[in-house]
Order: sequence, then C-alpha cells, then structure tokens
Amino acid sequence: MASNGICDRVAIVGIGCTPFGERWDRSLGDLLVDAASEAYDSAGVEQAQIDAFWLGTARGYSGLTLSEALKVQYKPVTRLENMCATGSEALRNAAYAVASGAYDLVMAIGVEKLKDYGISGLAGVFPPGDGTASNMTAPAMFSLMFPAYAKKYDVEEERLKEVISRIAWKNHCNGARNPKAQYQKEVPIEKIAAAPAVAGALGVFDSSGVSDGSAAAILCRAEDAYKYTDHPVFIKALSFAVGPGEGYLSQGYDFTSFPEVVHSVADAYAQAGIEDPREQVSMAEVHDCFTITELVLMEDMGFSPRGEAWKDVIDGRFDAGGPQPVNPDGGLKSFGHPIGASGLRMLYEMCLQLRGEAGERQIDDPKVGLTHNLGGGPGRCLSFVSIVGT
Amino acid sequence: MSGITRYGSYLPYSRLERSTFGSGRGQRTAAGYDEDSVSMAVEAARDVVREESAPDTLILATTSPPYAEKLNAAALQAALNLSPRLRSLELGGSSRMGLAALLLGFDLATAGERALVCASDVVVGAPGGPREAEGGDGAVAFGVGSDEDAIARVLGRASATTEVLDVWRKPEDRFATQWEERFGAEVLGPVIVDTATRALQSAGVQPTELTTVVLDSTNARAAASLPRALRLKPDQVADPLATSVGRTGAAHAGLLLARTLDGAGPGERILVVSAGDGCDAVVLETTAQLASRRPLHSVDRWLESKRDDLTYVNYLRWRGVLPFEPPRRPDPERPAAPASRRSERWKLGFMGARCRQCGTGQLPPQRVCFYCSAVDDMVDEPFADTPCRVTTYTLDRLAYSLQPPVVAAVVDFDGGGRMQCELTDVDPDEVEIGSELEMTFRRLYTGQGVHNYFWKARPRR
Repeated sequence: MASNGICDRVAIVGIGCTPFGERWDRSLGDLLVDAASEAYDSAGVEQAQIDAFWLGTARGYSGLTLSEALKVQYKPVTRLENMCATGSEALRNAAYAVASGAYDLVMAIGVEKLKDYGISGLAGVFPPGDGTASNMTAPAMFSLMFPAYAKKYDVEEERLKEVISRIAWKNHCNGARNPKAQYQKEVPIEKIAAAPAVAGALGVFDSSGVSDGSAAAILCRAEDAYKYTDHPVFIKALSFAVGPGEGYLSQGYDFTSFPEVVHSVADAYAQAGIEDPREQVSMAEVHDCFTITELVLMEDMGFSPRGEAWKDVIDGRFDAGGPQPVNPDGGLKSFGHPIGASGLRMLYEMCLQLRGEAGERQIDDPKVGLTHNLGGGPGRCLSFVSIVGT
Repeated sequence: MSGITRYGSYLPYSRLERSTFGSGRGQRTAAGYDEDSVSMAVEAARDVVREESAPDTLILATTSPPYAEKLNAAALQAALNLSPRLRSLELGGSSRMGLAALLLGFDLATAGERALVCASDVVVGAPGGPREAEGGDGAVAFGVGSDEDAIARVLGRASATTEVLDVWRKPEDRFATQWEERFGAEVLGPVIVDTATRALQSAGVQPTELTTVVLDSTNARAAASLPRALRLKPDQVADPLATSVGRTGAAHAGLLLARTLDGAGPGERILVVSAGDGCDAVVLETTAQLASRRPLHSVDRWLESKRDDLTYVNYLRWRGVLPFEPPRRPDPERPAAPASRRSERWKLGFMGARCRQCGTGQLPPQRVCFYCSAVDDMVDEPFADTPCRVTTYTLDRLAYSLQPPVVAAVVDFDGGGRMQCELTDVDPDEVEIGSELEMTFRRLYTGQGVHNYFWKARPRR
C-alpha cells in the first residue's frame, strides 16, 4: 500500500481562466470555449494537439458537454464530479494519465453555470431518498464549527467573529487586485462584521458568492515541458482523501478540524518531501467557502499550531504581504464558487505566481504553492491537495 | 368487561392569544408548523406504549386526517414500532368519533383483545370565525384491556345517532360550517340528556354519585342542557379548558378524561359524554391501579410547557391559510416511496442500531460499523426515548422552513450514538452546547403532496 505520487513527472504548460461572476451573457459552453482558448494560447498549442480531456462539472452531464462546445474531434472526454473538488479531480486524473504515458498532452477543464438556477446558495442534485437526510444548507454545516472552536480553544465568540471577519477582509483586499474576480472591491471590516446573518455566526460576507466561471490547464510529461513554455510549473503532489462520514455518527468528532484534510495534506507533504509546511509552503489557495473554513484549514494544513490559527490571522500571517499568503487571488470569497471551476481557478493563480505573472498581486519569489479543495462539510467530506512548484 | 389500562395526552407547544386575532378570552393551542393529527397522536401514544404490551388493534379517530386516502393509522403503527400484524381502524366524520373509538376499544377488550385508541385533531376554522377562536389542537391515547388490568373500568354506556345539519364540511372544504347553534341545541340537547341517562342507568349509578362529568359537544349550547337536567353541581363538571386549550375536536372528550384521571383517586365515578350528530356516553370507575400507572406527561404538564408568542400571521401560515413568499431555494423533494419503505424502521420508528462487536451506537443504522468496520453485525436499538444533548448547533437562515431560522444541531445520545437533526419547539436564544433534548415525531414538510414524517429533537417538556 502506498501513495507514491508523481513528483516532478508532470508539468503544467498552459492555463486559462474566465472572469468569474454573474455571466448572464455566457452559456456553459461559452465559458468552456473562453477558458480552453486562453489555455491553448498560453501553451502555444492548437486543440487538435490535445490527446484527451478531463471535464469537471457538477451539473453538465457527460463528455458531450465539452466536445459539443469545443468541437472536440473524436477524442476521449471524461466527465467527473466530486462535489466542490470537482475541478481538482479533473486535474488529478489528467495528470495521472499523462504520467502513465498513455497520452502526451492533455487538458483538465472545469466549469459551472450556477446563476441560471435563480436560487440563493448552492443546491445539490440528489437521487430520490427517504426524506430523512439533513436539509442543512452549506453555510449552516460549516457554521457548526464556530461555537465548537470557540468553546474548545476558549476564544470568546465576539473575538472569533472579529477573526473570521478579518479573513473575509483579507480575501476581498486580494480580490480587489484581481481583474478576473467576481468581487473586485475592498470591504471595510466593520461592514463585514455587521452584515446580515446567514447561518449561526456566519454573515453574508463570511460566505463565498454564487458565480459562473471556467478554468483550464494543459499538462504534459515533465521532459516535454520546455517544448511548450519557458516557464513550466511542475506537479509535486496530488492527494485526495474521502472520509467515511463518521463525524455525523461518532461522538469522537468535535467539529474543530477536517480529518479528511489532515489525511490529504499528510499524503501531499510526503509526496512533495515537505516536512515543515509553515516554512516550506510559500503560498496557498485554499477552500474558503466560508471564513470559518479557512481558519480551521490553517491548522489542519500545519500552517498554524492547533488552537492558534486565530492569532496568526490577527497577526496578518496570511495576508498578501505576510510570510505565508493564503488566497492571494481573493479566494472563493472574491471569485464565488462555480463548483467545477474552482479547483482549476486556484491552480491558475498558483501558476501565475510561480511564473511571475501575477501583476500587482505578485508574491516575492514563491517556490512552492498549494491548492486545496473541500467537498461536503465538517464531519462528512472529501479533500484534495495539490502542491506545485518551479 | 373492560377498561382503560393506560393513557397519554399531548398538547402542542405554541399557544395563540385570542386577543391577538379578535374576540374571546385566553389562549388556544396551535399545532406546530411541523405537526398534524398523526404526529400528535404519536406523541400522545408514546406514553401508553412505552410501558404496555403490544395491542391487537389500533384505532385512530380524527376529523383532520393528513391523507384523505392512505391509512393514517399505518404511520402510527410504524412510528410506535407496533407489530405489523396489527389490526387497524380509522374513524372520522365527526368529532364524536374520538369517544366512539374508545367505546369500540372497550368492545374489543370485552372480546379479549387489547386496543390502542388514539384521537387527535388540528382544528382549523375560517379566519375570524368561532371555530378558529374556540378550537384547539391536541391528542390523546388510551390503552384498553380487561377490567382486572384497568385503571378505570367501564360500568355502563349508551349511544345515539341523530341525522341533523349542525356542523358540516365537504371533503374539498377547508373550514367547517355550523347551522344556527340554537337549532342544533334544540335537537341535540334532548339526545344528550337521554343518552347520558341511559348510560347511568346501565351502570346503576346516580348523578349524585358522579365525581366528574366530562362533557363535550359540537354544540356548546346543547351540552349545557345536561348539567341542568341531571342537577349536577358545578364542581362535578370537568373544566372544558376553553380558555387554555380550546376544543380539540375528536381528541377533546378524551383529553378532558385524561386530565380527570390525572387528578383522580381510586373508586371515582366519571361520566364521559360526547355529542355531535348523535351522542356517546360511558360511565367509568377508577381503580387502585391508577396511582401507579400515570403517564410521564399529565395534561397540566403539557399545559404549563408552552410558548405564548405565536403571531396570528404565523399561525395562518402554519395552517396553510395564508400564502407567503417562498425562499429563493429549491422546493422540498417528496420522499420516494421505495426509499421510505426500505428505511421505515429508522424514518418512522427511530430504530437505530448497536454494533455487536464493539458496542457502538449508530444512527441511522449502518451495515458497516463506523468504529470497528464489522459488517452486518448490528442489533436494533430504539433511540426515541434516549436522552440526548447538543454537541454543536447553528441557526440556518437560508434553509426552507415555515418557522425560520431552522435550528440545526449535532445531537449526542446518552450511551453512544450521534445524529444531526433539526430542533423544534425551541427558543433559538436558549440553545447552547450541552442543552438537554428529547426526540419528537414530526412532519418535516409536505413535498408534492407527500407528507414527510421524521424525528426532530426538542428541549425537554
């Protein structure tokens, strides 16, 4: 039994990302064409050169969703869904296919068109059930962590609310410097803290938005990378952990951690040879679906000691100018969360940063970037981690 | 010979102040947005079946059946974990069927059977009218068996059927209508007096020997003729709970009887009369066994456990009388029939499991133990009466509910076992980690014409 990884065997040579937002003018197919075209340009290739495609989308069915939009000519198109880690799953499977030698050049692409549904928040599409499943919304599920964290670490709830407000403030500051973000405005921390409640302690500004968008990456084996670009980004680790959902069964789970994240980061750090993530990971794009999620992730990823991430947040450790920037592109907070696209949108930012193309958001000489996607909620979820570097 | 062997009652948590919506004094009970006559009957019957051996027959009487076609009693059978080999009957058409069901239970008991008799009603009147103001919601349940086993045995009884247009409602109508009350009183008054007199004669009991008379009728004016005719003293007539509960339809005669039993000693003689399109009457005598078989919840305990701040607008929304703007969220899905059937013992009976290998409690029941991974090695374990407490919680302001915000909690059961569920009958401001809870059977919602019954947790009542 092993998770051997494919460290430095696969390179990302092309990337693309549409503007995220209320894209009333774009269909799902239009978004795919926009993201794919940018990725082809970025790698200097034509579509005909791509040997196989992995499409991540929670709502668009089958490979035809991609092939019909892009007019893919009789090539394999795999459509995947894995909750909010759907886009990252496209990357992971595409990378393994290239590493295996089965294909030379592949595309991972993710997309979601949520705004056409006309509802608040996200809504899953589930098979017929017995009516006993929880009807908790996503913000409610994640908000369960707030009182649990406050009690366990003896942080006053008012203080903890200031901490998560600061996370939202930080991510909106970053998004204000990103022309592709859904929200490109700084938001005063007082306004964040005073916003109407959505669930528990989480207010409107503690929640990621609902948006449309698409992002794509083109991958090849490492030895071929310089045929396409002078600035390839190499995959150091890809890990994925799906939990048995015991957090809703076992009294042993206390809602202050995601065991799935702990398992997936341990695997990723082992693959990439990272021993001290607080020092060795230059920057990260993490799944800030809600501000409390980002707080807990800092501890699960080993960026902060247990019970102390809230202090690191206050100290500005994860700010754009801090020692370990988190969500430098603005995160889900600024981009919204078109489910299939988010994981590849995170990868897009890490590639821009590693290639020195992040403009006014550019982090000083980053070496190692991490992307993280979480699907489900505390107690019952799945977690993806990638580590990429130069 | 036969009698009552156990009983239980139920009153919903919310009360509507009559002064907030018109005339009248005091309050009426209001079933929660997540309750109906079946869910309330389950709550009342739990105090009976917890301690008593399985009935042979289940009878449900209600004028507000959640389904016009589909046996409502079947949901009761499943929720109470009664034997699937149970006989079941449903009575409706008049609020009098509550007492009629009890009399039918006595017949079955005389024939050697045990019966569980439930009567429950959600009384909805036209806005502004007397039925709305004077009605109430509630349920009652009686275990019925042999008179040696009884806490109150039958001494005598009588019945009458009268064709009269007093109170009526067509199947497609929301609200019942009543003819001028004075007319119904003139017809029903003499019927009540005659029936009660015959019941007393068959029991060999004089009116003066009665400790309590429980008197209930669709027509209040008709009922008032009985105390006059029997020359009853005011303290012989049971408080009709008009200003604290309201008239709870089919449940009402039984509810007043339950309250009488709550306070009765041995050897008390009780006349119970219920009238509507005729009359039923029964004379009971309490036994020494009553003292040791009182239910967990007395009627007064339910009465005192309440919330008074229900607004009239919310009440109308809960009853579906007032349309309202739905949330910008998907409509709730109806539960699928096959999936509901497969999980019936969990969904309706709240039957969890415990692993034989490691002893870990599991809700819902799992095939593979989450703790030790043993496969298909579980024993059933009922959790409905297992105390539980809040581990963490939230107020979900986005989720669909007729009473937002949804209070959702992760609940840990004493002795092991956890589930995430909704809280009900709860003040959101009073929930905290560690709050003590108990489970209650509810109708979560109705999706595409299908009622979705399941369990919620509530602060202890």
